Amino acid sequence: MIRITRKVEFSASHFYNNPNFSPDENRRIFGKCNNPHGHGHNYTLEVTVAGDPDPNTGMVLDLKELKDILQREVMDRMDHRHLNYEVPELAGKIPTCENIAAVIWQLLEPKITRGKLDRVRLYESPNLFADCTAGSANGAGKGAPNSPRSRA
Amino acid sequence: MKLSLTRRYDFAASHRLHAPQLSEQENQRIYGKCNNPYGHGHNYALEVTVTGPVDPATGMIANLGELDPFVERQVLAAFDQKNLNEEVAAFRTAVPTTENVCREIFRRLQSFPAARLERVRIEETSKNSFEIGAEEFA
Repeated sequence: MIRITRKVEFSASHFYNNPNFSPDENRRIFGKCNNPHGHGHNYTLEVTVAGDPDPNTGMVLDLKELKDILQREVMDRMDHRHLNYEVPELAGKIPTCENIAAVIWQLLEPKITRGKLDRVRLYESPNLFADCTAGSANGAGKGAPNSPRSRA
Repeated sequence: MKLSLTRRYDFAASHRLHAPQLSEQENQRIYGKCNNPYGHGHNYALEVTVTGPVDPATGMIANLGELDPFVERQVLAAFDQKNLNEEVAAFRTAVPTTENVCREIFRRLQSFPAARLERVRIEETSKNSFEIGAEEFA
């Protein structure tokens, strides 16, 4: 099996606010990210597809096809958008790196028909990224925290 | 579908690779330039990966407002701008190779209360990287 990875970049704005929290709680939990005017990032998305190369083409998946899927599913939806207001798949969710990566996984998985979606890695900055992979859901077995959560 | 979050940190430290149970000649043969008695330094990049459920109220596996100060307290305060052999207790006995630094940092971070530590990865230089996962540490 071979894994191939395609990278795209998009720019978008967002802010973090949970309407169930008080303004003070929102500021305490989300810090600067709670600024209601929003702020932006240059996101880098790496999408990895795993599979056996087609013996006729030598390809797992034509990169042009993957590029077109990423354009349609991700770039057209998110590039130069406000993630809180303009991406219906994120409605009602805090647009964190984790949630955006999970939405991108859900958008891409049914569209990858040659090979299998193996990993979605979303960089919010060079110092922070979320990985979404196939495998058992978080919160069960190996994904569970090893001690009780302390976060509010 | 499984999610993880990775945060990258930097620290600068010096070290010397020297195993006291080996002769001077053996140390020089095995560790080469890294055995220089005065030590040398690196700009290390540290990647810390955590997993766990995404809290629906915050959208987060771990709040960086908690992870950053934890890593600062447990690792960076003890390692940044330090001599690892002289100033980090674990390396009074273990040779501070980046394999051993990975293991020591994993040990210091595994008690993070808000999510499960999945991996520690260190770039000693832009050409060398080392990593340890929760399964290997256990």
